[in-house]
Amino acid sequence: SQRMLKQTLFNLLKKTLAKPGVKNIVLVEGVRTPFLLSGTTYADLMPHDLARAALQGLLHKTSLPKDAVDYIIYGTVIQEVKTSNVAREASLGAGFSDKIPSHTVTMACISSNVAMTTGVGLITAGQCDTIVAGGVEFMSDVPIRHSRKMRKTMLALNRAKTLGQRLSLIGSIRMAHLTPELPAVAEFSTAETMGHSADRLAAAFGVTRLEQDEFALRSHTLAKQAQDAGLLSDVISFKVPGRDTVAKDNGIRPSSMEQLAKLKPAFIKPHGTVTAANSSFLTDGASAVLIMSEEKALAMGYKPKAYLRDFVFVSQDPKDQLLLGPAYGTPKVLARAGLTMDDIDVFEFHEAFAGQIMANLKALDSDWFAQTYMGRKVKVGAPAMEKFNLWGGSLSLGHPFGATGCRLVTTVAHRLLKEGGQYGLVAACAAGGQGHAMVIEAYPQ
Amino acid sequence: KTRTHVNYEVKEDVAVIRMNDPTSKVNTLSVQMQNEMIEVFNEVLANDAVQSAVLISSKPGCFIAGADINMIQACNTSEEVTKLSQEGQKMFARIEKSPKPIVAAINGPCLGGGLEFAIACQYRVATKSKKTVLGTPEVMLGLLPGAGGTQRLPKMVGIPGAFDMMLTGRNIRADKAKKMGLVHQLVDPLGPGLKSPEERTIEYLEEVAIQCAKGIVNKKISLTKEKGMMQKVQDYVMGIEFVRQQIYKTVTAKVMKMSKGLYPAPLKIIESVKAGLEQGPDSGYLAEAQNFGKLAMTSESNALIGLYHGQVACKKNRFGVPERPVKNLAILGAGLMGAGIAQVTVDKGIHTVLKDTTVEGLSRGQQQVYKGLNDKTKKKTITSFERDFTLASLTGQLDYSGFEKADMVIEAVFEDLNIKHRVIKEVEAVIPPHCIFATNTSALPIKDIAAASIRPEKVIGMHYFSPVDKMQLLEIITTDKTSKDTTASAVAVGLKQGKVIIVVGDGPGFYTTRCLAPMLAEAVRLLQEGVDPKKLDALTTGFGFPVGAATLADEVGIDVAAHVAEDLGKAFGSRFGGGNVEVLKTMVEKGFKGRKSGKGCYVYTPGLKSKDVNPDIEDVLEKYKLTPNPLVSSDSDVQYRLVSRFVNEAVMCLQEGILNGPVEGDIGAVFGLGFPPCLGGPFRFVDTFGANKLVEKMRRYEEVYGNHFTPCQLLLDHAKDSSKRFHK
Repeated sequence: SQRMLKQTLFNLLKKTLAKPGVKNIVLVEGVRTPFLLSGTTYADLMPHDLARAALQGLLHKTSLPKDAVDYIIYGTVIQEVKTSNVAREASLGAGFSDKIPSHTVTMACISSNVAMTTGVGLITAGQCDTIVAGGVEFMSDVPIRHSRKMRKTMLALNRAKTLGQRLSLIGSIRMAHLTPELPAVAEFSTAETMGHSADRLAAAFGVTRLEQDEFALRSHTLAKQAQDAGLLSDVISFKVPGRDTVAKDNGIRPSSMEQLAKLKPAFIKPHGTVTAANSSFLTDGASAVLIMSEEKALAMGYKPKAYLRDFVFVSQDPKDQLLLGPAYGTPKVLARAGLTMDDIDVFEFHEAFAGQIMANLKALDSDWFAQTYMGRKVKVGAPAMEKFNLWGGSLSLGHPFGATGCRLVTTVAHRLLKEGGQYGLVAACAAGGQGHAMVIEAYPQ
Repeated sequence: KTRTHVNYEVKEDVAVIRMNDPTSKVNTLSVQMQNEMIEVFNEVLANDAVQSAVLISSKPGCFIAGADINMIQACNTSEEVTKLSQEGQKMFARIEKSPKPIVAAINGPCLGGGLEFAIACQYRVATKSKKTVLGTPEVMLGLLPGAGGTQRLPKMVGIPGAFDMMLTGRNIRADKAKKMGLVHQLVDPLGPGLKSPEERTIEYLEEVAIQCAKGIVNKKISLTKEKGMMQKVQDYVMGIEFVRQQIYKTVTAKVMKMSKGLYPAPLKIIESVKAGLEQGPDSGYLAEAQNFGKLAMTSESNALIGLYHGQVACKKNRFGVPERPVKNLAILGAGLMGAGIAQVTVDKGIHTVLKDTTVEGLSRGQQQVYKGLNDKTKKKTITSFERDFTLASLTGQLDYSGFEKADMVIEAVFEDLNIKHRVIKEVEAVIPPHCIFATNTSALPIKDIAAASIRPEKVIGMHYFSPVDKMQLLEIITTDKTSKDTTASAVAVGLKQGKVIIVVGDGPGFYTTRCLAPMLAEAVRLLQEGVDPKKLDALTTGFGFPVGAATLADEVGIDVAAHVAEDLGKAFGSRFGGGNVEVLKTMVEKGFKGRKSGKGCYVYTPGLKSKDVNPDIEDVLEKYKLTPNPLVSSDSDVQYRLVSRFVNEAVMCLQEGILNGPVEGDIGAVFGLGFPPCLGGPFRFVDTFGANKLVEKMRRYEEVYGNHFTPCQLLLDHAKDSSKRFHK
């Protein structure tokens, strides 16, 4: 009938999102180290070691010549002060040519998304053809500082000229000076921890504990299935110095609803709904992707996996809308690409908390929310669950803050290949009330 | 018959009782509310399907703001009020003994009778919203918590905590209330979701409260909390009669020191608590009800309630909505006043420009604004981020750039007509046509300042009081030419700044300064007559002024006082005489400008609270020494000489139309000048004390001092006809 004809025509027309005058940019390959619970096998490494492993994995998998890259960009969140430009230390350590400039970017949990889109920008601007982007997070060791008082005294000691001055400074040290300063897990602008905000968000959208536990269980179950089926082909094996070779993520733990129901709320007590089991856990891990202009990739004989198409960054109130990035980013990026929710075959959303995911899905499915907070006439609708995070997500695979973005993009590419879909959509939230969304198109096979 | 204020629905086995007074923005425990509540409570008790109940308000911003004051004011005898109290006690006793647990779910103010209701419930859940405050403000109305509050609070938060709450009447935020044991559980306010944040937050509060109610029924939540070590020790200590007696003694002594015995309510609160703890609940509840009845009939309570109503009235804009809201405000002069005005403006969503002529002056002012906000950060009322974000709305500058965007300019430059004229001309050259020019002066007539303006309809006076962030009053002065929209706009800005506002007519000293001047003149005369500054202070504070006359002169500044005395002396003639202005001038010459210069009537040592009389003023006073007349120099006469001149001038302002009415006159005097709150302001004082008695005293002083004490016509009219009253 007419509707079918329309659909067929539409399918013919939607084949590619290429825009005239805009370079096609492709994802050639994506890899990551296994994501491990922090404090486990990676415990004695440094952040750039993990990033090195990912970079070497990428080199190995692509047989890319070590001087064939124009620029290397890495994302990270908690910085090791010794390697503040971790991109440079990792690329040197991974054996890349020292002639390749590298810089580090940070935007909380979407840091590696920024690394990738920065690369896209450099290619689009005609500055580069070949970019390695990635992300790394290492939570097994974080910079714990002396207190401000102590730091002040120590810096003054450096400048003290006489023994008398030094002694008087040393004498001024009190017990209070010795209290260390841990990196805050709280939002700087609001002093609220992310889990607390997630719990409030879930409550605001009426997400129940049961819904959250169910989603968490789904994530772990799907991740386990994907792992067992060998679908997580982006994971490289990594011989950890002094330890075993690691080849698998170690946070995947499918449990039962009964087990999950036993947990007490972790942030809002006693009536909260966010628990340790329905939140993502502290993770060590690194990822890397090879991004090129299509011409260059083809010229070098690569078979690209996907096109990286439209993307957006969004931001909103860091207090009450901290984790709503996907809800804001999705409609915006779809509009840019001229697509609807139905056109998307593969969804990969970053799962910070089960409650956060459910809240975002509800926001996407609400006309009232679209009208009141996004200035839209109607909702775009929630993604179909049979297309959504089918190989697990951050809740189960783990979430090394700086590295997750590349995992999402690589997973979309791999799922499009596996499932035969045309378009994929990545969306993620980040601290600071920010968010990101990107449309990915399958590369014709 | 349908109920309009209280209703309930049963959710599973929990009755959700919802309160909503459809006739008001806030819920009060009115007769209607109480009657319907009793009806609903009876139904809930009788309903076998109900195991427990949740008490919640349907109003997003208010639980229960308190008892209905009109209900108390409608009573004619203390017995009637005592009966009201006993009915309240009875109702809450039933709530307390309810076999079905009741959870109070609190969002927004939970004050007075509202708090007494909540603490009679078995369990309390409160939102962490900034709007949620708990407290017993009755003492500020000269009353006491009369529905069981004096009996339940000591048991709930301990004797010292209960006294602190009931004697100060201060608001307690939810997190503090939890620490004190006043509420059991806190609920976070929610942001945007599938409904508006306010609506969803209440729903969430209800959900949590229902869970608690069920938890109590199925024994998952225990109502007898395991006591900590500290609690056990405290209970033990408070169990010793000697300790309790010491506490009563200490608290009573403190109250006497603070109130000079002028306020009966705090003493009755102590008495009621004591009766309950020492003689058992029956005596306690009886004492509470009887004392409540007694207090309701006192002139102090009447005065304080009058001030409360007046304050509410002065928080409204009787000039309507201004044509355009003030979004950009520029302040000229970054001195104490200018920076103070910036401080109360910048955090109200108004972009504020602070302009001075020197970098030093400007940075001092900016530091003052920063410090004001940073102190709030230290007290944790705002976060450091909120401080920074607020400061982002403040621009400090030395030129007039950006003034073309200003909606209002407030000048707070030096009090000199020529300077003010120069400034108004400079400003009018750069501001847009709609911009209002407000002048912050304490004595210069606005029409004289406006004389230099090319658009006098946009000129208005905004008299702030120092320190601006602490003093609640704003006196707005309009000239014949000031447009109504200009006034509406000035009032709107003042209200945004959180001020209580009186709008008065133009004239030398307007209202407040004009009332103060004769009193200060009298104070100087008293000093000349040999009354020591400390004695002068003791007599004025003994009358109920929060700050003594000599200290007040130091605070205002001796130079300012001299300036004002001279200016108003010229304007009003010999009537404003009394003390010799030369006394003040000589003090200024010697550098005794008051607190700001370290010396005035007293010597001020930084860091020291106590102060000694400045020994060097003796020479000055010796030089201008006057001989007191023993007929009018008793302590009481000294007090009435000071007060009667103040009051007479206030009444004259009403007579001349400077004041819009006695309410604004009372509010201005109490909130701007510290007129004794227990007297309710000069007009209420005349009503209570009797105009004839006051005139009688003034005539006696008039014989000695002449026209300084001549009563004005309006006061005489009231003295002649005792049925004439300023307040109904």
